[in-house]
This record gives sequence, structure tokens and C-alpha cells, in this order.
Amino acid sequence: MIAGSVFDFGTFISELRRTYPFFLEAGLVTIQLTIASVLIGTVIGVIFALLKLSPLKIFRIIAGTYITIIRGTPLIVQIFALFYGFSQIIMLSAFWSAALALAVHNSAYIAEIFRGAIQSIDKGQTEAGRSLGMSGVMTMRRIVMPQAMRRAVPPLGNQFIIGLKDSSLAAFVAVDELFRTAQGIAAGTLNTMETFIIVGIYYLLLVMIFTVIVNAVEQRMAKSEK
Amino acid sequence: MKEMIRVEKLNKSFGDLHVLKDIDLTVNESDVLCLVGASGSGKSTLLRCLNFLEIRDNGKIIFDGEEIDPKTHNLNQVRQKVGMVFQHFNLFPHKTVLENVIEAPLMVKKTNKVTAVKEGKELLEKVGLADKFDVYPSKLSGGQKQRVAIARALAMKPDIMLFDEPTSALDPELVGEVLETMKDLAKEGMTMIIVTHEMGFAKEVADYTVYMHDGKIVERGLSKDLFNNPKEERTKEFLSKVL
Ligand SMILES: Nc1ncnc2c1ncn2[C@@H]1O[C@H](COP(=O)(O)OP(=O)(O)O)[C@@H](O)[C@H]1O
Ligand SMILES: [Mg+2]
Repeated sequence: MIAGSVFDFGTFISELRRTYPFFLEAGLVTIQLTIASVLIGTVIGVIFALLKLSPLKIFRIIAGTYITIIRGTPLIVQIFALFYGFSQIIMLSAFWSAALALAVHNSAYIAEIFRGAIQSIDKGQTEAGRSLGMSGVMTMRRIVMPQAMRRAVPPLGNQFIIGLKDSSLAAFVAVDELFRTAQGIAAGTLNTMETFIIVGIYYLLLVMIFTVIVNAVEQRMAKSEK
Repeated sequence: MKEMIRVEKLNKSFGDLHVLKDIDLTVNESDVLCLVGASGSGKSTLLRCLNFLEIRDNGKIIFDGEEIDPKTHNLNQVRQKVGMVFQHFNLFPHKTVLENVIEAPLMVKKTNKVTAVKEGKELLEKVGLADKFDVYPSKLSGGQKQRVAIARALAMKPDIMLFDEPTSALDPELVGEVLETMKDLAKEGMTMIIVTHEMGFAKEVADYTVYMHDGKIVERGLSKDLFNNPKEERTKEFLSKVL
């Protein structure tokens, strides 16, 4: 233990009141970090999903290798490795370097989500498109993908929530998001347990808000499908 | 009589399974031809070879006087001329009935939207679905779905229509409306190849009927001859089971 203090309810309440302006600001960074990394991760993920389903073996091998490496190594290792590349070599800001590192991580999982969603679309859909004279690419874009996107929404929502929690690791590359802010406050006040419980509550709140949004989107899509 | 499609010595295998064996077949313009035979005899595979959803191993497919080579021909262009109706409809569930019908004219033929919509609505009126333009497929009965699928294929103005068991997935009371639509199409002079188990329909509507068994064409003739005076023993046996 860094600090000697045991949990104190009074301290918890007073810290909750005192620190909320810092956490609101940091929460915004966490939200931005999450949205940026999931959106970019979705773009990369769709590309790798399509590569993995490509008729060309070399593309499938590239995509398979990428997904295996990303899923087979710890996120914190990826963040440290990629952050260095993005911030030192490409000279991006800390925020964008971290966002891209998280995006790469998310993309491997999102690629698998889309691969599954695309494969779950009945082959008859592709055959119907092709039999009308549509090219393979057009059939994918106009017929299969729109349906796969809908199917991908629930697992994507889930990945979004995982990505939100994972974004806390950006604290270790000096991005002032929720967790790093909590670390700073805890180190300053030594109210370690209270502070980390407080930041946990903020994460939980964000997750709950996004869960409500994802459920609403799902329900709207379920309606329009009928 | 103009020849529409001719197949010569067509062979197709899936791995070790030799599914089509030296198929020869000619269909002239405005002919209606029914393909009958037991399940697994290769009827679907034959149809799918005709629009290149499956690529034959060897043999010739001559379409409108021109031999189609999958290696050199643009198959997307060939398929525009060959309409296909599937057993399970395969409507696009994320598109309304009208959107299903105008999708290929808009995207493939680049027809302008006003024309595509006008023609699409006319086709849907023709198949009796004037009140369903903006409905999603999941709201339709099986018979209605199949009529939309027919309209969708017709929207590309194909030279020939292929039907793979178009009524096999339907409740019995819905079979009639789809067969009626197909009968109208036959009367208009559409060239059609129909895989079906509806022997009554084949006998009444088809000019010719082909009986397939085990990847081979056993007998081919005018429908009235094939059904009333089959020549081959196998055909007799098959007909005695299904009629
Ligand atoms: N894509 C495929 N891969 C392997 N075998 C197939 C495939 N399509 C059809 N077959 C086999 O080919 C044979 C003929 O099938 P099919 O043409 O569907 O017959 P039918 O339509 O007359 O019932 C069957 O034994 C079937 O299992
Ligand atoms: Mg079949």
C-alpha cells in the first residue's frame, strides 16, 4: 500500500464533492478516447474482417496474423510499444498516440465481430445479388454489409464498453483521463481507497449510460427490421 | 425458332461427387421447360451452372448464340440476362418490397430512379402486390414473397428465367398464386426453365419436360408425351411414384 489510510466514509463523501470538477473534465477525455479508438478501430476492423474473408490466401494470412498477435499480447504491452512509435516517430500528441494504440487493440476484436456477422448472413443473399448481375463487391456493399452491420451492433456495443474500461490504461502513457486523474489525486491526498472507489463509480456510470444507449439503438433497429 | 440457350456435354463434380454427367439441352425462345427428378439428381446444380453460380468443369454453355467462357466473359453481364428465382425467395430483408425490385436496375443498369420506380411498381402491380410497395419482406406471406422475387428478377428484363423449386417452401394454399404468376409469364412468351415437383403444372404449362436421374437426362420430350407416354422405364417408375 502506498498510503496508510483505511476507507473512511466521511472522507469518501467530502472527496466525492471536492473532486468532481476534475473527474468531469477527465471523464470527457475518457469518452473522447473511447469514441475515437472504437471508431478508428471499427474502420480498421472492417478492413481486416474483409481481408480475412477474402478469396486471396495471402490476405487471409495477413489478417489472421494481425488478429492473432493483437489478441495474443497484453494491451498494456501494445500501448507502450505503439505509443512510442506514434508519439516519437510520427510525432502525434499523447492523446492521439494512445487513441491509435487503443484503436489497434479494439480493431482485432472488432474484425472478429464483423467476420462473424458477415458469415452469419445467409449465402442466399449473396446468390440473389449475384444472380441479378451485381458484382461481388457491390453485393457485399449493398446487400451483405448493411445486414451484417445490424447484426454487429450488439457485440460492438459490448466491445465499446470493454474499450471504455480499457482506455484507463492510457493513464500509463500520460493521458489525463479518469484513471490518471485518480492516481494524481490519490498521490496528493493519500486518500487512496476513497479516490479509486470514486473513479470506479465514474466508470460504472459511463458504462451504464452507454449500455442504455446501446440498448436503445438495438431496440430501434429491431423495430425497423420488422 | 430462335435458340436461347444450349448446353453441350456439361459436366460438374463436387470433389469426388460427379453431379452432372454429359448434359445436353437446348431451350428455344419462349419455351417453357420443366426439370423434374428425385431430390439429389442434380437439377439445382444444372440451373446454377446456367447462370454461373456454379462453374461447370467442362462442356459448353451457349447463350444467345455465344459460348460463355467464365474465364473471359464478364459473368455479371451474363447474369443480368438470366433471371433466377430461388426456393427460399432470398429477398433482401433490409429493403422494402419496391427497393428489392429496383435495387439491381438502379445499381447495375444505372437506370434513373424515376424510371426504375415506375417500372418496379408496374411489375409489382402485375404480380398482384400493388398495395405492398413500402412493406418489408418479413411482413409478407410466402406466396407474396415469391411473387416479389419474381418481380425483382423481371426488373432486369432478362431473356430467360430460371426457377428452382419456387413453390416448395410454400404452404399448400399459397402455391396456386405463385404458379398463376408463372403461368401468366409463360403466356407472355418468357423463356423459362423450372425445377418443380408440381407435376400438374409441368404437364399443363411446360412445352417440354426433362426427367433427370443421377446427374443424367434420362428423357426429354413434349410434356404431354413425357407424362402420358413415357418411353424410358426409369421415367415410368418416377412418374408412377409422383403422379
Ligand atoms: N456446393 C455443393 N458441394 C457439394 N455437394 C453439392 C453441392 N451442391 C450440391 N451438391 C450435391 O450434388 C448433388 C445434386 O444436388 P442438387 O443439384 O442440389 O440436386 P437436386 O436439386 O436435384 O435436388 C447432391 O448429392 C448434393 O448433395
Ligand atoms: Mg434442388
